[in-house]
Amino acid sequence: MRHDFLDRYSRLQSPIHRLPAGLKLISALLLVLATVMMPQGSLWFYILATLGLLVLAAMSTIPPRFVLGRLLMLEPVVLGFSIFSIFRSDGWPIFLTLMTKGTLSILTMIILANTTPFAKILELLRSARVPGLLVTVLALLYRYLFLLIDEGERMHRARQSRTFVAKNSQRYRTIATVVSQLFVRSTERADRIYAAMRARGWQ
Amino acid sequence: MHIPDGFLDVRTALTTATFSSVGVGVAMRRLRTTLPPRSVPLMGLTAAFVFAAQMLNFPIAAGTSGHLLGAVLAAVLLGPSAAVLVMTSVLLVQSLLFADGGILALGANILNLALIAPVTGYGIYRAVRTMLSGDRGMLAAAAFAGWGATVIAAIACAAELAWSGTAPWGAAFPAMTSVHMIIGLAEGLITALVLAALAKARPDLLPKPDAGPAGTLPVSLVLTATVSFALLVTPFSFDLPDGLEKVAATVGFDQRAVANAGPFADYRIPGIGSAVLATGLAAAAGTLIVFLLSLLLARALVPASPHKQPQS
Repeated sequence: MRHDFLDRYSRLQSPIHRLPAGLKLISALLLVLATVMMPQGSLWFYILATLGLLVLAAMSTIPPRFVLGRLLMLEPVVLGFSIFSIFRSDGWPIFLTLMTKGTLSILTMIILANTTPFAKILELLRSARVPGLLVTVLALLYRYLFLLIDEGERMHRARQSRTFVAKNSQRYRTIATVVSQLFVRSTERADRIYAAMRARGWQ
Repeated sequence: MHIPDGFLDVRTALTTATFSSVGVGVAMRRLRTTLPPRSVPLMGLTAAFVFAAQMLNFPIAAGTSGHLLGAVLAAVLLGPSAAVLVMTSVLLVQSLLFADGGILALGANILNLALIAPVTGYGIYRAVRTMLSGDRGMLAAAAFAGWGATVIAAIACAAELAWSGTAPWGAAFPAMTSVHMIIGLAEGLITALVLAALAKARPDLLPKPDAGPAGTLPVSLVLTATVSFALLVTPFSFDLPDGLEKVAATVGFDQRAVANAGPFADYRIPGIGSAVLATGLAAAAGTLIVFLLSLLLARALVPASPHKQPQS
């Protein structure tokens, strides 16, 4: 599987995608804030927020299957953090509230992430006076992430297909070899990138 | 351990965000003076590397699987400040691009995984290195630090959940600590195995043997002592709800706490107090056992060779 377009829907064309990134980021933050601060049992808010988010998702033309898939992938984490509340004496309503709040927040973030290209977020961070080094590192991370994921998976698959006995101890060694090799390749690539950056007049 | 949104209250989110922006700011300031320009791309590539390495799953126990955190690995390879920068970038992208970890919880997640984990991990690593030299020392220190950093970050996470009132401390602390005492074993093992593989393939990429002037010794020892103290004492301090409630009242949060049914009240389940105590004791005993295991692992990975180990 190639990962070069994991965030491909963030570059769709829709009214939601065309909104300014800053506006989307702030409203997502405010919606999450409101969700977190709502007292337990404010059913009207949850229903309203869910409907609003569904309308936004529909308007953004992101495939519903994709949104649902991401949501289901992240839901175990929400469940894992909610489960603690069952230990309280009046645990169940709190458990349900936490599940709702967690799910709504994740839905908000999924819609934000997939309607806002990462480059726009970087621009925003730069204009918000986030230190330049952090923004540069974020840009490089985003640029090479998909490449390295692909490279790591390719090496992992190649190694697995040559390892017939899959004992756990060997699997650890396999992964460690892959990870260390991935680091070696990252440093070599970093050297080449530095040469290329200098050649283009960086600093 | 990425906390999603909805589990931290605004007070905890703001407090942790303040702590983490100060911490990241200090790391950036240190890097601005010490980082050579040619290492800037390396920071970005290491961040992408940590992200990619986190996507490789390995089996833990009973059918569950986990993945590398990479904070200690990055700290050992690049130093603590660079590790803070790398881990912060990873968490930012995971939250903003993949909705993995909340946006309001970002401050807490950065505090746990991008500051506490690499910095305390590096402190533990340096402290052990002062006792043990050579490749064996490096691997034992890295394995032990990988485990310790994972457990400490998990305890910090449990404390934030308890402070927010979403999870009772009596349940969150034992659960998070015991689970991460097991996950941490895998983290320590993989960290050491990766460093061992690097020592074979590209020893030039590893930190210089016994790097750092002697002056860093007191710093790392103080850091480690603080960490161990926190690790051993926090479990019990949370058993004193009256004291915390008193602090909350003086600071002015008590009305909110009451509205939330009180973060530390209301857990009348038999055995919860003793579970906290038992977990604290288990963590202390586990620390000793894992330290011995790290020594054994390092012995197994590096065969005794006199020309590499002048002291042994």
